[in-house]
Amino acid sequence: MSLVKLDQVHKYYGDFHVLKGIDLNIKVGEVVSIIGKSGSGKSTLLRCINGLEAYQQGGIAVDDKEVTSEDIQVRRLALSVGMIFQSFNLFPHLTVGENIMLAPTIVLKKSKQEAEKTARAMLEKVGLGDKFDRYPEKLSGGQQQRVAIARALAMNPKVLLCDEITSALDPELVGDVLKVLEQLAAEGMTLILVTHEMNFARDVGDRVVFMHQGKVWEEGNSKKLLSEPQTEELKQFIGAVL
Amino acid sequence: MIEFSNWDILRNLLLAAQWTLLLSIAAFIGGTVVALTLTAMRLTRNVVVMRIVRVYVELFQGTPLLMQMFLCFFGLSMIGYEISAWGAAILSLTLFTSAFLVEIWRGCIDTLPKGQWEASRVLGLNFLQTLRHVILPQATKVAFAPTVGFSVQVVKGTALASVIGFVELTKAGTMLNNATFEPFKVFAFVALIYFALCYPLSLCSKYLEKKYHVAR
Ligand SMILES: Nc1ncnc2c1ncn2[C@@H]1O[C@H](COP(=O)(O)OP(=O)(O)OP(=O)(O)O)[C@@H](O)[C@H]1O
Ligand SMILES: [Mg+2]
Repeated sequence: MSLVKLDQVHKYYGDFHVLKGIDLNIKVGEVVSIIGKSGSGKSTLLRCINGLEAYQQGGIAVDDKEVTSEDIQVRRLALSVGMIFQSFNLFPHLTVGENIMLAPTIVLKKSKQEAEKTARAMLEKVGLGDKFDRYPEKLSGGQQQRVAIARALAMNPKVLLCDEITSALDPELVGDVLKVLEQLAAEGMTLILVTHEMNFARDVGDRVVFMHQGKVWEEGNSKKLLSEPQTEELKQFIGAVL
Repeated sequence: MIEFSNWDILRNLLLAAQWTLLLSIAAFIGGTVVALTLTAMRLTRNVVVMRIVRVYVELFQGTPLLMQMFLCFFGLSMIGYEISAWGAAILSLTLFTSAFLVEIWRGCIDTLPKGQWEASRVLGLNFLQTLRHVILPQATKVAFAPTVGFSVQVVKGTALASVIGFVELTKAGTMLNNATFEPFKVFAFVALIYFALCYPLSLCSKYLEKKYHVAR
């Protein structure tokens, strides 16, 4: 059964045609890596899936519910789609624990005790059980990003969108974040990630989607696609990043 | 002719300075209340409402405070609405203060990264929840220093109330000068008192700026 379904999605920024008819079906538990050159529309695609950006043609459905960028819709969607950003976007005035508990208490109306229990469990899961009372600025980038993952997980999403979540990190911190993603994948979480980590895409991902000039240029099983690219553009791209 | 000792001059100026202080406080409180309302209006992102705020700000920032005071005092009485010098001074200073505070606070809210709004949105917070739990707690910290800094302008702005006949520090200075013919002495005292009112505010603003800039 497909959890995320895109049907001929077109998106424009003014006159600029960013997404040119994207078709995509993502099943429950699938790990899909989106790769492609800068400007090919990868972030835009993710942001359309959770309604942060409006699209002009076609259709997107998550869990059989249509996605639009209406405020109410985005909020309903937030219950099933989590998103993690390149720049973490933690709330600097709140402690790690408060960051994670904020949405569960005011959106899901959980009690404080219940929210705290979930928050501690999620922090444990990302390997930061001892950081509950710290402020984000006291953490390394890798730790902040793992807090952001815990914050998204506390809303119990069905799918997590990750937009280059290791790109802002020092190389030695990337591994910790990828390990968390790998563990989530193993537990059956559906992941859609825009990434430059080709090893991760090949070894952990099920499927790779190569975007080029606003189109899905090539897609398929991650190991096969990365070892035997069919198009000239993907060959070039793989040559450039490896 | 009556003789004025230095103490007489100073004592009379200090009495008048109370009115300067009171006028400043009233204008600042009034300005804050109006500016809060306008800021809330601006944040609704409703095009018409935002345009109204824009015009308000342009109008009161783009004309001299002195003209605003004249209009409030003489203008209102000409259209049959009697207003005291005190009332006109408070009214015009409130309008003036609010127009600047709205802009200062807008800057503070806009310096917060867009990611704060987006993270809130993808977590399912609605607009008001985002404002209350994410944006305002951060923006108010940033806003303290420039807001206190601007209060110096309000204190100095009260001097203009002297031209519509309100007896505050500047007006008292002019009156004492007319009686003593010692302009240098009188206005030196006046300046000193203004300085004594404003300097602590400047210091406070600098302190707040340091405190919250390091923290961010
Ligand atoms: N808000 C916007 N307004 C106008 N154009 C935009 C906007 N956001 C993105 N674009 C343009 O749309 C195109 C696709 O942008 P997008 O961010 O989706 O690319 P990307 O594949 O994620 O690139 P990168 O690898 O650099 O993150 C780019 O040409 C970009 O300049
Ligand atoms: Mg991008």
